[in-house]
Amino acid sequence: MVNATAIIKTENLQCFYGSQRVLHGLNIEVVPNEILGVIGPANSGKTTFLRALNRLNALNPAYRQTGAIYFEDQEIRKIPDNLLRKKIGIIFALPQVLPVSIYQNIAYGPKVHGITNKAKVDQIVEEALQKAYLWDEVKDRLDLQANRLSGGQQQRLCIARTLAVEPDVILYDEPCSGLDPISTAKVEDAMQKLKAHYTQILVTNNTKQAARVSDRTAFFLMGELVELTDTNTLFTTPKDSRTDDYVTGRFG
Amino acid sequence: MRSVQRQQKIAFTILGLMTLLFVVVPILLTVLYIIVNGGKAVTWEFLTQQPRNGMKEGGILPAIVGTIILITGTMLFALPLGILSAVYLVEYAKDNFFTRLIKLSVVNLSGIPSIIYGLFGLTLFVGFCHFGCSILSGTLTLAIMSLPVVITATKEALESVPQAFREVSFSLGSTRWQTVRYCVLPYAIPGILTGTVLSLSRAAGETAPILFTVAAFYLPRLPRSVYDQVMALPYHLYVISTQVPNMPLKLSFATGFVLIAIVFLMNLTSVFLRIHYRKKKTW
Amino acid sequence: MHRKFSEFLIEGCIRLSGVLCIGFVVLIFLFLLKDALSLFGVYSPAKFLFGTQWLPVSKPAQFGIIPLVVGSLYVTVGAILICVPIGVGAAMFIGEVAPQSLKNILKSLVEILAAIPSVVLGFIGIVWLGPFLKTTFHLGTGMCGLTGSLLLAFMALPTIISISEDALAGVPRAYREAAFGLGATRWQTLWRILLPAASSGIIAGVMLGIGRVIGETMVVMMVTGNAPVIPSSILEPLRTLTATVASEMGEAVSGSEHYFALFAVGLILFIITFIINLIADMSLRKARK
Repeated sequence: MVNATAIIKTENLQCFYGSQRVLHGLNIEVVPNEILGVIGPANSGKTTFLRALNRLNALNPAYRQTGAIYFEDQEIRKIPDNLLRKKIGIIFALPQVLPVSIYQNIAYGPKVHGITNKAKVDQIVEEALQKAYLWDEVKDRLDLQANRLSGGQQQRLCIARTLAVEPDVILYDEPCSGLDPISTAKVEDAMQKLKAHYTQILVTNNTKQAARVSDRTAFFLMGELVELTDTNTLFTTPKDSRTDDYVTGRFG
Repeated sequence: MRSVQRQQKIAFTILGLMTLLFVVVPILLTVLYIIVNGGKAVTWEFLTQQPRNGMKEGGILPAIVGTIILITGTMLFALPLGILSAVYLVEYAKDNFFTRLIKLSVVNLSGIPSIIYGLFGLTLFVGFCHFGCSILSGTLTLAIMSLPVVITATKEALESVPQAFREVSFSLGSTRWQTVRYCVLPYAIPGILTGTVLSLSRAAGETAPILFTVAAFYLPRLPRSVYDQVMALPYHLYVISTQVPNMPLKLSFATGFVLIAIVFLMNLTSVFLRIHYRKKKTW
Repeated sequence: MHRKFSEFLIEGCIRLSGVLCIGFVVLIFLFLLKDALSLFGVYSPAKFLFGTQWLPVSKPAQFGIIPLVVGSLYVTVGAILICVPIGVGAAMFIGEVAPQSLKNILKSLVEILAAIPSVVLGFIGIVWLGPFLKTTFHLGTGMCGLTGSLLLAFMALPTIISISEDALAGVPRAYREAAFGLGATRWQTLWRILLPAASSGIIAGVMLGIGRVIGETMVVMMVTGNAPVIPSSILEPLRTLTATVASEMGEAVSGSEHYFALFAVGLILFIITFIINLIADMSLRKARK
């Protein structure tokens, strides 16, 4: 069913690294303001799919793709890379903070987009940290080196950093894989509260996390989209037996 | 088996003695020879006065000044070009034949004999460009000669910056140049600095490239423009040891001493920079 | 947009710089070729390459480079024969035998040697080594090929040592562990397994050393005497290709036959070192894989 209001749409997307095909004929639509969970065993193409959306895969010289990806009904190849990535932000699996202060980490995004007025940047930094639920914890030590924060705090800093450039979509690539349960809960909390203004796609190896957080969930297996439906249905009465096997733990 | 152990002991002792006798001792003796014989004549007057009486008396100030001028000019030309070339190779170039050709060219540039650079400088800068025998010709020649070292050091420095930094920068929507400028270069500066100082220390000691492009044996006054010739320590040492009859050996040794001192000082600076920045690394 | 244009400009400069590297090599070759060809217009290339008389100021001038080639060959072979065993041996000692603290000291010493300018070594050759060899071997003069070879061997040591060291260190750990597992001593492992395994890297290092030695100018100009004739032994004065260019260019009138002949010699040098470095680089790259 073609949903005319899909914010992201792929058409027969196939991704290759060298001669190896990693994603086969993917047709998927992402609805605005949803949290779309993407689950599946290792090497199913989940991360490749995610990174194809903001063209981060293109940094790899061996990467090739066929088919089309649309963002707000526009083919993303027609959008300049740097503007596309501004609108579609990404949080990596391990917190990747730059070796500068908390403030400078968040101010980096606005800086490359031309915002240098100190008052404005101060405001952006505060708002971003608030939205990522990190402001209270760091508000009086913004000059601290970012890598002195705990793992969970660093990851929320990365979320704040992404929010500072005002994206429309946020991609999460197994964001809690290196975090303890309490930090994980805080990140998931932040994601729920961001729903109101952002569309989010969450790739995760943790099926329970997808069950907790996402509105709809997609199951990828070996480069194919096996099933995509609302989370409840996928976990209780999936249509495909492979989905059932995976979510009940018969393989994975 | 005891004989096998004895065999090892003999072999290692031979290797050790060989290293000691033919590597360690000659190096130490060479350096000491210059220092001991030249050190006494290196006085403040020697360093700050003009030469007199056909170089046989007085000081070597103009040669020192000339060498400093040459080093500075070489840096001005070689540094930007070298850094930009390395940035191209690491951050922009795709993996194709053209890129391999560039890398091959850099390797070849580093293997060209210094006298060939001298010939090239003579025919291109002195002749074709009509710069004449001048600071301009000399520094340009030395700069091209120093290019491979600057490029290689910069390349290594850029490659040592974690790929994650670039990914973060790109994912926030920066262009490639913004990523290089804000997220890569600042962290590569220590390596670039170290490599540059090293390449300049080599340029300071080179004679062949400046033989026909800038060096003069005796100049009555210090240079006033880039079109002037200049005296230089390596060339000065060469001439006084081969072409000045009755040259007091003491002064020749002293000249050698000053040259070695400058080169070693720059080398030490490069090593110091390397150690200093390794400690300061925050990633 | 102002930012876009300045960015376009700097990215253009970056790409241009990459291209310039190739440009310089080509330019050097072309300029050498241009002036060398001016010689071959009036002087037969065969006589140049195979002539045995280098008499640039006689009438008619003779530009046969065989004496110069033989001179370069003598000092190069002499230097390599001396510095390869010493260099490889020292690399073995530094890399595999010396404890860490001694290793650091030795490596620093080698770096110091690499930093000594060639003109200083030439100076030492004139004031000490030459006279020393003259008295020790009862030679006519201390300014001969042997003096040059010894100093050149000394200069090439850092190259040989560091590349051999890298080659030995780059041998896969599995080789060492397998040898020790079979009960071999460190020496047996080093001599029978590591050294052969590292041989391609070491050979590449030797080639680079050869390239350095052939291209060295100041030392040979200052200590090998000034005789552009075919020497009968290494204990006699001779002249290398490099020293010829350096010492005669000052006297050659710009645009004269002599001037072009020197560029032709330069061209030969360029080609020789180009080939040697090409082979060395390819072997190094293969060895690293």
